Amino acid sequence: MANDKVITADRLTKHFGDFVAVDHISFDVHKGEIFGFLGANGAGKTTAMRMLCGLSLPSSGKATVAGLDVYRDNEKIKRSIGYMSQKFSLYDDLTVKENMQFYGGIYGKSDAFIKNKTAYILDHLHLEKEANALVKSLPLGWKQKLAFSVAIFHEPEIVFLDEPTGGVDPVTRREFWNMIYQASDLGITIFVTTHYMDEAEYCNRVSIMVDGRIEALDTPAQLKQTYGAVSMDEVFLKLARKATRNEQ
Amino acid sequence: MAAVTVQNIIKTYGKKKEVLALNDISFNVEQGELFGIIGPDGAGKTSLFRIFTTLLLADSGTVTVDGFDVIKEYKAIRKRVGYMPGKFSLYPDLTVEENLNFFATIFNSSVKDNYELIKDIYIQIEPFKERKAGKLSGGMKQKLALCCALIHRPSVLFLDEPTTGVDAVSRKEFWEMLKGLKQQGITILVSTPYMDEAKLCDRVALIQDGHILSINTPQVIVDEFAYPLWAVKSDKMLYLLNDLKATDFIKDAYPFGEFHHVVLKDVSGEDKLKLFIQDHQTDNAIIKSAKADIEDCFIALMKY
Repeated sequence: MANDKVITADRLTKHFGDFVAVDHISFDVHKGEIFGFLGANGAGKTTAMRMLCGLSLPSSGKATVAGLDVYRDNEKIKRSIGYMSQKFSLYDDLTVKENMQFYGGIYGKSDAFIKNKTAYILDHLHLEKEANALVKSLPLGWKQKLAFSVAIFHEPEIVFLDEPTGGVDPVTRREFWNMIYQASDLGITIFVTTHYMDEAEYCNRVSIMVDGRIEALDTPAQLKQTYGAVSMDEVFLKLARKATRNEQ
Repeated sequence: MAAVTVQNIIKTYGKKKEVLALNDISFNVEQGELFGIIGPDGAGKTSLFRIFTTLLLADSGTVTVDGFDVIKEYKAIRKRVGYMPGKFSLYPDLTVEENLNFFATIFNSSVKDNYELIKDIYIQIEPFKERKAGKLSGGMKQKLALCCALIHRPSVLFLDEPTTGVDAVSRKEFWEMLKGLKQQGITILVSTPYMDEAKLCDRVALIQDGHILSINTPQVIVDEFAYPLWAVKSDKMLYLLNDLKATDFIKDAYPFGEFHHVVLKDVSGEDKLKLFIQDHQTDNAIIKSAKADIEDCFIALMKY
């Protein structure tokens, strides 16, 4: 039977002492899907994401990422995924080319692979002239697009994007999403968090976490219908206002 | 008298002044106004706030705050403004209460004197007054920082990206707090990268790459959008967008929430767009006229 599930989570839970940060969350993400992972600050998104990236062991429950078990194969998971956040992505003091060589090397790619892929990305992003420029000299918008290309440099099955467009101008934000669509077309699964509710509309499916639990999970259209809302912003506000957990 | 006057401010960085952070910025903020400076990271928002609060010198140009010159009379300005930097800047080792007392004391004031001003905000963090500021959640840190910036009853309040990285619910709450402060007569300058917050301001300056794209009330900015704007959607959004971009009657098309926004070159494109949508009936394409919002205007001002 065809199994196109890239992430499976089954009652996945994380405690810190008495505090249940992630409380029995269950969901699947399919190959090539753009999956929006929303929630208010403190709802448990980061903790859940860290477990799926192999950076934090769950307290209980099951999960697999790219067919790998989050308990047993957490080191292998790190090699099979891509990751990008707004805060950390590229090395400012390395050139554009050096960053790609560095990431390619870390993920154990061959020189030939790195060379071809670097040429492809430089061409694709029209960055040929900037290949030997330090990353810190690039405008922020270019940096974010380059960071995404680097996150999928080693051709992972899935890429985790943690608020990738924070503070980015509206034109670049849309160019960035265009890159997400292209990657998803190539079969790369996208797992993305954002505070921009219009971006929730661009996802195939969206989950909304409240107080450590997944309170809703569906397509944006279905969520709006279920909650009688005209926009994802309204859906989010209706759900997130239910939070009772005091911020830690 | 205007609360803040800004004339021809230029600011560069680097040994050879190679980075032009602020390129000839001029505007005024009136007393009691809630004025928004809206733009992405790197637009120059923080440089501008640091010049206003006498923490950074411009290369040229003049700024006054409450009638005082930021260079000659910087001491007077420091006594009367409140500043909440983008980065959390309270003392993490002091408790909530200790931080508040500290800031009141250095301004020769006391928490009691101005408690009325911060009451609505402070009661939300009062249950945690014994907690060290470094151990607070993001939302509570933000509320404490706002209280500390207000405790000497400043005439002008500068808030540099108070809602960055904050979720939609907390952002709404924060803007409610600002509305309350405005009613108490405090002039507020607030910067944000979130375009949707523009409509909550009395007036806004849209800023990009160190220069101002537009200054006006949010209503006038959206009313001045100069092109016919339509919203379209279908079951195949990506294909719809690519097909749109291949036509010759559109000026621009881009995702906009659940729809794509289509900017037409002129009204003669309307019939062509409607025909185009009819041709996409098999994908359940629909079309409706759209009203520009600040983000449409920002895109237009950046690109066209």
